[in-house]
Amino acid sequence: MTSRNAIDPRRLVGVHAERVTNISSTDYPGHYPDEDNSWNLEKFQKNLKVKVQRLSQRSIEFDLVGVDASIANAFRRILLAEVPTVVVEHVYVWDNTSVIQDEVLAHRIGLVPLNIDPALVEMRDATNQPTDRNTVVFKLQVACERNPHAPKNSKNPAELYINHEVLSSHLVWEPAGEQEDVFAANPPAPTNPNIVLAKLRPGQEVEMELHAVKGVGKDHAKYSAVATASYRLLPHIVIKKPIPPHLADKFQKCFAPGVINVHPLTKEVSVDEHNIRKDTVTREVLRHPEFTDMVELSRIRDHFLFSIESEGAYAPERLLPEAIQIMRDKIANLRKAAEALLHADDAAGDGDVQMASV
Amino acid sequence: MGNAMDVDENEWDQINAKNWRGLGLTDPIKSVEDKWLLLPAFLKVKGLVKQHIDSFNYFVDVDIKNIVKANNKVTSDVDPRFWLKYTDINVGFPDRNEMSSIDKKVTPNECRLRDITYAAPIMVTIQYTRGRSIVQRNVNIGRLPIMLRSSKCVLTGRCESDLARMIECPLDPGGYFVVKGTEKVILVQEQLSKNRIIVETDSVKGIVQASCTSSTHGGLKSKTYVATKKGKIYLRHNCVHEDIPIAIALKALGIQSDKEILLLTAGNTEAYKSAFSASLEEAAKLSVFTRHQALEYIGSRVKINRRVMGPRRPAWEEALEALATIVLAHVPVNGLDFRSKAIFVATMTRRVLMAMDDEKMVDDRDYVGNKRLELAGQLLALLFEDLFKTYNTNLKSAIDKVLKKPSRTSEFDAFNTMQFQGDHLTSGFVRAISTGNWSLKRFKMERAGVTHVLSRLSFISALGMMTRISSQFEKTRKVSGPRALQPSQWGVLCPSDTPEGEACGLVKNLALMTHITTDVDEQPIICLAFMLGVEDISLATGTEIYGPHTFVVNVNGTIIGLTRYPTRFVAQFRKLRRARRMSEFVSVYINNHHHAVHIASDGGRICRPMIIVENGRPKVTSEHIALLKKGTVTFDDFLRKGLVEYLDVNEENDTYIALYESDIVPTTTHLEIEPFTLLGAVAGLIPYPHHNQSPRNTYQCAMGKQAIGVIAYNQLNRIDTLLYLLVYPQQPMVKTKTIELIGYDRLPAGQNATVAVMSFSGYDIEDALILNKASLDRGYGRCQVLRKNATLIRKYPNGTFDRLADAPIDENGQVAKKYDIIQMDGLAGVGERVDPGDIYINKQSPTNATDNTFTGQAASVPYKNTPMTYKSPVAGNIDKVMISDTENDQTLIKVLIRQTRRPELGDKFSSRHGQKGVCGLIVNQEDMPFNDSGICPDTIMNPHGFPSRMTVGKMIELLAGKAGVLSGNLQYGTAFGGSKVEDMSSILMENGFSYAGKDMLTSGITGEPLEAYVFFGPIYYQKLKHMVMDKMHARARGPRATLTRQPTEGRSREGGLRLGEMERDCLIGYGATQLLLERLMISSDKFEVNACEECGLMGYNGWCTYCKSSKKMAQLTIPYAAKLLFQELMAMNVVPRLVLDDA
Repeated sequence: MTSRNAIDPRRLVGVHAERVTNISSTDYPGHYPDEDNSWNLEKFQKNLKVKVQRLSQRSIEFDLVGVDASIANAFRRILLAEVPTVVVEHVYVWDNTSVIQDEVLAHRIGLVPLNIDPALVEMRDATNQPTDRNTVVFKLQVACERNPHAPKNSKNPAELYINHEVLSSHLVWEPAGEQEDVFAANPPAPTNPNIVLAKLRPGQEVEMELHAVKGVGKDHAKYSAVATASYRLLPHIVIKKPIPPHLADKFQKCFAPGVINVHPLTKEVSVDEHNIRKDTVTREVLRHPEFTDMVELSRIRDHFLFSIESEGAYAPERLLPEAIQIMRDKIANLRKAAEALLHADDAAGDGDVQMASV
Repeated sequence: MGNAMDVDENEWDQINAKNWRGLGLTDPIKSVEDKWLLLPAFLKVKGLVKQHIDSFNYFVDVDIKNIVKANNKVTSDVDPRFWLKYTDINVGFPDRNEMSSIDKKVTPNECRLRDITYAAPIMVTIQYTRGRSIVQRNVNIGRLPIMLRSSKCVLTGRCESDLARMIECPLDPGGYFVVKGTEKVILVQEQLSKNRIIVETDSVKGIVQASCTSSTHGGLKSKTYVATKKGKIYLRHNCVHEDIPIAIALKALGIQSDKEILLLTAGNTEAYKSAFSASLEEAAKLSVFTRHQALEYIGSRVKINRRVMGPRRPAWEEALEALATIVLAHVPVNGLDFRSKAIFVATMTRRVLMAMDDEKMVDDRDYVGNKRLELAGQLLALLFEDLFKTYNTNLKSAIDKVLKKPSRTSEFDAFNTMQFQGDHLTSGFVRAISTGNWSLKRFKMERAGVTHVLSRLSFISALGMMTRISSQFEKTRKVSGPRALQPSQWGVLCPSDTPEGEACGLVKNLALMTHITTDVDEQPIICLAFMLGVEDISLATGTEIYGPHTFVVNVNGTIIGLTRYPTRFVAQFRKLRRARRMSEFVSVYINNHHHAVHIASDGGRICRPMIIVENGRPKVTSEHIALLKKGTVTFDDFLRKGLVEYLDVNEENDTYIALYESDIVPTTTHLEIEPFTLLGAVAGLIPYPHHNQSPRNTYQCAMGKQAIGVIAYNQLNRIDTLLYLLVYPQQPMVKTKTIELIGYDRLPAGQNATVAVMSFSGYDIEDALILNKASLDRGYGRCQVLRKNATLIRKYPNGTFDRLADAPIDENGQVAKKYDIIQMDGLAGVGERVDPGDIYINKQSPTNATDNTFTGQAASVPYKNTPMTYKSPVAGNIDKVMISDTENDQTLIKVLIRQTRRPELGDKFSSRHGQKGVCGLIVNQEDMPFNDSGICPDTIMNPHGFPSRMTVGKMIELLAGKAGVLSGNLQYGTAFGGSKVEDMSSILMENGFSYAGKDMLTSGITGEPLEAYVFFGPIYYQKLKHMVMDKMHARARGPRATLTRQPTEGRSREGGLRLGEMERDCLIGYGATQLLLERLMISSDKFEVNACEECGLMGYNGWCTYCKSSKKMAQLTIPYAAKLLFQELMAMNVVPRLVLDDA
């Protein structure tokens, strides 16, 4: 309610008790009638903000401000479906006497993320011939046997048996051709060594050859470069009328902790601008009749709180640039195709244009 | 003012009322916490299928001995000195019936795999004369299939690790038989109770009749009616040609004076007297006055069917015998003392009179208290009795045959004759159980479909089958009575679990806490009743019997005496029962309408345990429950201490049962253990069923049995004809107590799918579901189908035999593709992929296998290939190959072929609320909507599924599931309880979600927020066995039937899609003649035929064989079926002539 730099109401998506309003931008985002919204780089640069909020080993959270939902969504979609990774695709079973059936075990192995930098591996071409450039070979050979030194009366399979579980750490890389040099810095292995693939009992054995290839998430979820990538819009809370002091604590409880500040003495209620991103927009405040018309909830249309979790070969901070690169390649491709179309009149043809696949 | 006063007074009353329990106003109300723990305790001692097992145990331990005792002597007509006596009979433990085997022990799993019968030897001890001495020996007379987990089963009382060693699932309920490798269940049969009087009226014909089906342990069954006809009352029975006036019947039974007849029937009630007068006159009109005259009257009308024609007996003797042994056979007649039988007939008459006077006095056939359930033990007992009697007749004739011979080389030993009696009993049991035909001529029993193959589609379907009750009513009759939900079903039969369609309401299921009684000896109970002051009935007259304060005491339908203090008698009787002076399953209750006390100890009554309440307090206290929790006491201790007792449906009418402890009032006698036990095991899977529209629960009960999941712990060691398994089963987020009790959380059939209730793309209309492709990639809904393929490597009677051969090599030294997976032994290797058309058993059979004259070398005969070929259109993998031999020494080969399937368009899914749907579209993850935390749904469900179905339980399941996910524990949706919605909402709120479970989603396609909030959370989804892959079918051209040359029928024969009569009518109506011609002839069985214009007969090659000319031959196209019809008519001497116009 304190007047801060008021946000253009056109940037707000209204959050009401039972519906969301104003969800779409205009047909041509950022352009409004009777205004000069012509695009210029400076203005765009000024508006565009990318700020990393949190970066950990496996995830990144950053703000993306000043772009339309379609752009943010395109990044999200590319991250999910089109950033390539290398995972096991072909499994050659020599022996499998575990309880897990061959195809189920193969499926499980396929879902194990590997730390192979996809840049170092080529996509398989149409011939589908494995070479040292496009295939990384792993061996999996585990046999379970009784532990001769097991403590008596133990019921714990980990003590009773050796190799009672097939783990992702049992995958052994078999270098082929030039791979020894290429992967010298970072020898291929699963990113997580503790994934249980199968359980074994004495006498059971698994022996397999695994071929990892490069692929994209739209073919199979195992190729997806991220655990998930998503965004939400920055919440925006406007307190329109002062909250009666006796209701201040109840009002505070309607929001995520830290979002609403209540002055300990005056019981004056204010929105914590810094912590507002913590709010999960539960709309709890709209449920209570005593707060009717006192508060207006909304979210900012072009302020995306992006969150990317990586489980595979990419460091989390590498994923967005990778996605942008793929998008740029696609645009370039499209541009090329469009230009080819332009010149198609000259050349005799049926007007079809071959688009190179990304 | 006056109102206010009233209110004040009421308040006073309430305050006073609260004091009656002896508690002050401020005393905390103590309630028995966790009294539901009695339920697991009950199930621990009884198990889920206790009714089957108890019944079988009773048969094996008690009944079989009684049967043998009743038929224990075999004598010879030839040698009067010879006799053979059975002194004892015992059923052993299942063993291997093979001479050569060293380890005789056999497990059920071995029987399943080897297609043999899980049976135990029946040993009898016989005493017989050999020469001059009496010898005692033990003989094996046959083998009895053993019910799994019965007292004779090797699995009983074993711990989990023992069971694992025997490759048996600890959660398998047992209660079925393994006969020739298949699991067979004897379904519970529902019948009207025996030996009880049922009064019915036919309002159309104006008939009132009392009927009684007598059944004695000899197996004799007969039905006696006392019915009105034109205002007079008659006795009707099958053994008499015409109806007997009731007065004559009573006179024949020894009640000679009319006064006494009147007193015994109508008593002193004026209305009854006048109604009965006509019947009394009838006897006089027929001039029957004395007992002898009455017997003569009846005797001349008795049907005589005597096999041995002896000297003809006088009519009165015939009548006496019929009355003594056939009419109302269950009422004992000792030394021609007909008194009790006369009183029984008189009572039946009185019941008719009562019903004539007051319509409300008729009985309800559908009342559960008037029903008895027949179980495996009873059916087997009947079968055994029949087989044993036949066995004895056969034995007798065999002995006679030997004894008839004048000279013998050695002394006659009946033991040897018994050894050569064949396997009459064994084969009789096996045949009856494997076909389900119980045809026992001796007991006039002719029943088909008694046994069923245990459905192993899912754990729940197997369990549901064990609790099923089938009714003897005809399915086609259009009466609603037997199908309707009876109020007396409460607590004993599940109100939800019944099939839809023709068997609706006739096939029922037992509720969770029911027990079905077995027979209890009634003699001690009768003694006890007399000791408690009951006066013997034979000493009473009509005035006493129908006196205003006297109550008749019945034991199992037979009148034994009178009491003037019924309440005191019943109370004392119950006290004795609670003190365990008699079986806990004996029931006693007062019927005030009939002025009668009924004591029942017969088998087949449905009963259930209840907590006893005395002085307004339940006898089970928190301390008892604490002991139960500790495991120091069992359910039986509760029974023994008289804290809990079993009540059957009739006795329930004598009680006042509180549903909850807070409902207890001074008159309360019992407290329910837990309300959710009124549902059965299958309905118990539904979370929050009390929030659903009732038919939805019924639908789920049908669908839960089709869900793919885990079948048993031993599922991967089984070789079933067809087995569906889920690759990644999950226990439901929202459980019920029933789920934990039956073990569904350990053998689940479904997965917790994150569901968004929203519209998406239009491919979700009509209940279609949208699936997330990434979820499928990660294993959601993935299932396996394992199919058994078995063959025998036979030895033929002529000495030849089948053989297995390795893959043949062609001239290039190559193995043909279809033999690719065949190994040296002629069988496919385990783990190999089988493509359509591949051979997995390369069997060869001798060409002359049926030639019985063949005498040459068996090895040198020519062989032909009889391989097993993989037919499914989708490749599979060899899962298992088993080589064994059956009981008759044929080599048995079973090959299990597995397919792993991921869900595809058209596969069927269902939640646990009767909401099924097929997959309508598979959407990429990036196109799916997502919430603020980035979660994409696995499934999108259209919200139109809710308003008309009213499955509120599903919404609460979602809410509770979501709360469970957020708080990291499992929630409960137990019927009439479960986690509360308010609690769930507050958990959601605490975790930053909307209290209503509705999330703000972002479209994955546009990237913009969705305009509506979407109900979003986990719901347990089941994958049903109906998959597109097994159903899809089309053909352009294909095989035709040989006889008619029309396309074959059915998917399995790659058949055509029929244009049926109704479709044909449409085309005729529309006038699409060319289309009709094409569909019905050209595309079907078009046939070019040559017909002669002269004679109208068909010829061939332009030649008429009838006219011996080719002059007037015409060619025309007709359906082959028409040509066939003409020829068939000609074969029957009918000449169809074609009249050709404009040829």
